[in-house]
Amino acid sequence: MTRRITVGPFNRVEGDLEVRLDLDDGVVRSAEVTAPLYRGFEQILRGRSAMDALTLVPRICGICSVSQSMAAVAALRAAGGVRPARNGVLAANLAHAAENAADHLTHFNLFFMPDFARDAYAGRPWHPEIAARFKAVQGSAAQAMLPARARLLQIMGLLAGKWPHSLAFQPGGTTCAIDLGERVQLLSIIGDFRDFLERTMFGDSLDNLLAIDSVAALEAWRDGRGGDFASFLAVADDLALHRLGRIALPLMSFGAYHGEDAPLFAAGVLDSASAARTSFDPAAITEDVAHAWMRDTSLSPLEADTDPDADKPAGYSWCKAPRLGGGPAEVGAMARQAIDGDPLIRDCVARFGSCVTTRVIARLRETARLALAMHQWARQLDLAEPFLERGERGRDGTGIGLVEAARGSLGHWIELRGDSIRRYQIIAPTSWNFSPRDRGGVPGPLEQALVGTPVGDAGARAVTIQHVVRSFDPCMVCTAH
Amino acid sequence: MDSFDILWLQGASCGGCTMAALEGGHSGWFAELKRFGIDLLWHPSVSEATAEEAVAIFERIASGEQKLGALVLEGAVLRGPNGSGRFNMLGGTGRSMLHWVTALAPRADYVVAAGSCAAFGGVPMAGGNPTDASGLQYAAAEPGGVLGTAFRSRAGLPVINIAGCAPHPGWISETLAALALGGVDTAALDAFGRPRFFADHLAHHGCARNEYYEFKASAEELSQQGCLMEHLGCKATQAVGDCNQRGWNGSGSCTSGGYACIACTSPGFESSQGFMETAKLAGIPVGLPLDMPKAWFVALAALSKSATPKRVRANAAADHIVVPPRSDPGRRP
Repeated sequence: MTRRITVGPFNRVEGDLEVRLDLDDGVVRSAEVTAPLYRGFEQILRGRSAMDALTLVPRICGICSVSQSMAAVAALRAAGGVRPARNGVLAANLAHAAENAADHLTHFNLFFMPDFARDAYAGRPWHPEIAARFKAVQGSAAQAMLPARARLLQIMGLLAGKWPHSLAFQPGGTTCAIDLGERVQLLSIIGDFRDFLERTMFGDSLDNLLAIDSVAALEAWRDGRGGDFASFLAVADDLALHRLGRIALPLMSFGAYHGEDAPLFAAGVLDSASAARTSFDPAAITEDVAHAWMRDTSLSPLEADTDPDADKPAGYSWCKAPRLGGGPAEVGAMARQAIDGDPLIRDCVARFGSCVTTRVIARLRETARLALAMHQWARQLDLAEPFLERGERGRDGTGIGLVEAARGSLGHWIELRGDSIRRYQIIAPTSWNFSPRDRGGVPGPLEQALVGTPVGDAGARAVTIQHVVRSFDPCMVCTAH
Repeated sequence: MDSFDILWLQGASCGGCTMAALEGGHSGWFAELKRFGIDLLWHPSVSEATAEEAVAIFERIASGEQKLGALVLEGAVLRGPNGSGRFNMLGGTGRSMLHWVTALAPRADYVVAAGSCAAFGGVPMAGGNPTDASGLQYAAAEPGGVLGTAFRSRAGLPVINIAGCAPHPGWISETLAALALGGVDTAALDAFGRPRFFADHLAHHGCARNEYYEFKASAEELSQQGCLMEHLGCKATQAVGDCNQRGWNGSGSCTSGGYACIACTSPGFESSQGFMETAKLAGIPVGLPLDMPKAWFVALAALSKSATPKRVRANAAADHIVVPPRSDPGRRP
């Protein structure tokens, strides 16, 4: 017999979330995901001066405000034809990577792992150790991570004035040229971050960690190893987290940390079943409002409006349904690393598919890669050269800004008339992952990933639901904006 | 010692105030809270209790069964559409955040707005305020808000407004710790309910660009080192906050980062147009330092401009020091 339950508020995600589940014999048969908050940023931006977007859009999200700034900057660049200063690009990459790495640390330590410290797992052999380490608020992992996170975010003090919500990111680069002493301070912070990862997260050097190129090599490496990553792998094995939250949708990445040449992490689309990579075409993106509390509008983000309709009978979320080539796609660190060809993540996807385990491994793998990239960027800054180039303003035109936030692909679509904003559309990573059904009735990635989740007699209390939801590292405030 | 219990809720927020709070305390925010006997009864980003476990906590507080030291709200309260609050439902409860905030606030010894959204409405009120957003006891600078001008928490205080977008982590930690220690009264708050320990300062105080300000040596473009007030929209002489005295993320601040103060601690800051441009009338900035007569400001600016040292003038228009201070060992005071 089918029984319907509502789960919420989901905490330890960013923002508010509600999920409705139809259960059959203790297994999820179908899911509906609701983003229950609408603030109306697209409406707020309409008619504002173009450059005022740089003040408003970071405030879509306090956890990925640099990503929001970078998407707006990229869209304004595309509309206005400004070429940024090379130093500005490097400095923005540094700040953006610091934010994304801080997000990965926060997700792992504060949002995801505390579920394994819950009493529901009191009988497992690993529970006492995991509970001491990851118990929400009280665990030793949070005590160690928070000062390390604050230290990492000192990069923002040097390059961006403050975080969250900085105005340092401009179409022409960044507003803050640094001197020799400040470069040394940057390298010192990045060094502390690397030390934290090596000592606390991985229990090994980043070089050794990044040399792991397959699931088999990972299994050999973790044997007898300390560190939080190995602890997670042991729990993931015991609970078979690779069978949880599985989907087989195309993976998508806009490409991350753009420079003069290729981005650090490549753009593309990956068929998770065949591992075939194709190029990514922005024109293949549409956004559908069939089940969103929104008035009907164009499917094209460049021509769409965002006007709420709270009484729409078919609506069940403030989130619209983004689609790639007409279907849902999964975004995030796993998609980014698989598309970039990281051998370990490619092998995880081949062996386990897109699942709870692979998503978490990819996030930590990416964090290690970022620590090395940040060091390179800090060394490449040319302190005698400018950080900001001037650009022209007040042109009519359209621009698309595509970046990668920690939790996936973020796009801003802007239409300018003279100096003011005629239209602004935002499609955030969690809009992709937590999308509602589209006009064809096709559910979004989380809605698909929850199907088949065993909940037993626990119903809404089932911790398996929590693992699946949090494995995506959702950001609900971005989702409906 | 009894613990000081805090319930932290997020309304129409970006989560940035929580992100800032997590930077607080030298040993981490959780250790800092513990040091002052503060117990996070529930916080949406960090607590274990989820779904119905969390709702049970709200219901125990609403019924008076569970005592509450402080209700902390992050984010604006959305009253729309049509007064229903449906733009912001609290997941799993079938009720709006508007409902929960008004049900829980009377039960708290103190009600605290973390950030300018909860205090004054903030960014959701920008443009046409499409969601009918409001702060707890102000809608922009208009007193009232969701709780009304007459509202006083059980300890007899109006809503304590830790303004800022986001507030400095120290402002959050120190306000909560001061409440837990006891002895916060209305004299500790300014006219907008902001704690005076940070609101008695201006963001301008301690600004690294002060020498440029003294001589009205102005930056013409972003990334230049001169004063940002004359051309680039800086409101630091009009906005409260010790931003340039305590430093953000180590040593940073908006003005040290190369861009203007947008007065994010002020009610209604979101309705400005042209944040990085100075509004002027007849060539004179409209927004002058709060407590300085306009005529004097204009006269002193003209005088100081004529006395600007070459070094200061040259550096003001550059992105790094091009003329260092003279170091002449023969000239000692």
